[in-house]
Amino acid sequence: MVPGMADRSEFAQEAMQYAPQLYSAAMRMTRSKTDAEDLVQETYLRAYRGYGNFTEGTNLRAWLFRILTNTFINTYRSKQRRVQESELGDIEDLYLYKRISGVDVASRSAEDTLFELFTDDEVKNALEALPESFRLPVLLADVEGFAYKEIAEMLDIPIGTVMSRLHRGRKAMHKALVDFATNRGLIAKTSTTTN
Amino acid sequence: MADCNETLRELETFLDDELSDETRAGIQTHLGGCMDCLQAFDFHAELRTVISTKCQNDEMPAGLMAKIEMCFGEDFEGDGQIG
Repeated sequence: MVPGMADRSEFAQEAMQYAPQLYSAAMRMTRSKTDAEDLVQETYLRAYRGYGNFTEGTNLRAWLFRILTNTFINTYRSKQRRVQESELGDIEDLYLYKRISGVDVASRSAEDTLFELFTDDEVKNALEALPESFRLPVLLADVEGFAYKEIAEMLDIPIGTVMSRLHRGRKAMHKALVDFATNRGLIAKTSTTTN
Repeated sequence: MADCNETLRELETFLDDELSDETRAGIQTHLGGCMDCLQAFDFHAELRTVISTKCQNDEMPAGLMAKIEMCFGEDFEGDGQIG
């Protein structure tokens, strides 16, 4: 069935509400305002053209993020060097937790704990510093809240690979956050879990 | 019931809400009686919220919404009809 004009304008209205989310995700993917803006526009253009392929009643947000991710990969992946998993280094489990949970940081209090500890830019930078093959799964899971199965489909990789990249990517991101906190003198360089 | 090692090993999958009902129940039982593990889980749940919130607050460039709406106004079929 070819969607009619009314369906399309309804779809456009529905889809617009996700523009801010798509733009933030595009910023994390491209790390550039100009590229992010282009990527979001291209995503909406493709979504509008491919509207006939969208199944009514399914998740519109997931569908738009899939187009965003595919457009990003097809447009930008070739420009970036592939990074091997080993390049992330070996980071112990619970790396950040062991260094931050037991430390008495001046800015940490019962009310505004972790939220006040890291600035917005630090968290964004920690994510954006990840190699693309780790950054995309972490972005789609931890920021956008998609399920393993959805991420596997968006990135066209097996679920087991999604899980292992999330595990390693999260650890690397947490290490970057610890480094920011250390550089600002919030936690001591040699600090461990001792209280 | 899971022990501390088993529980911590499932921390990420638990927070991702991707565990089987049976495994999830085992973890929850353990967390009910283990303050150390509960603290670690709460910390990571909070960290997840912080990361998600701080990575989603970019201000859209002025005019982007208008540009998107312009995409919708174009004639894609080439049939002389808009949209």
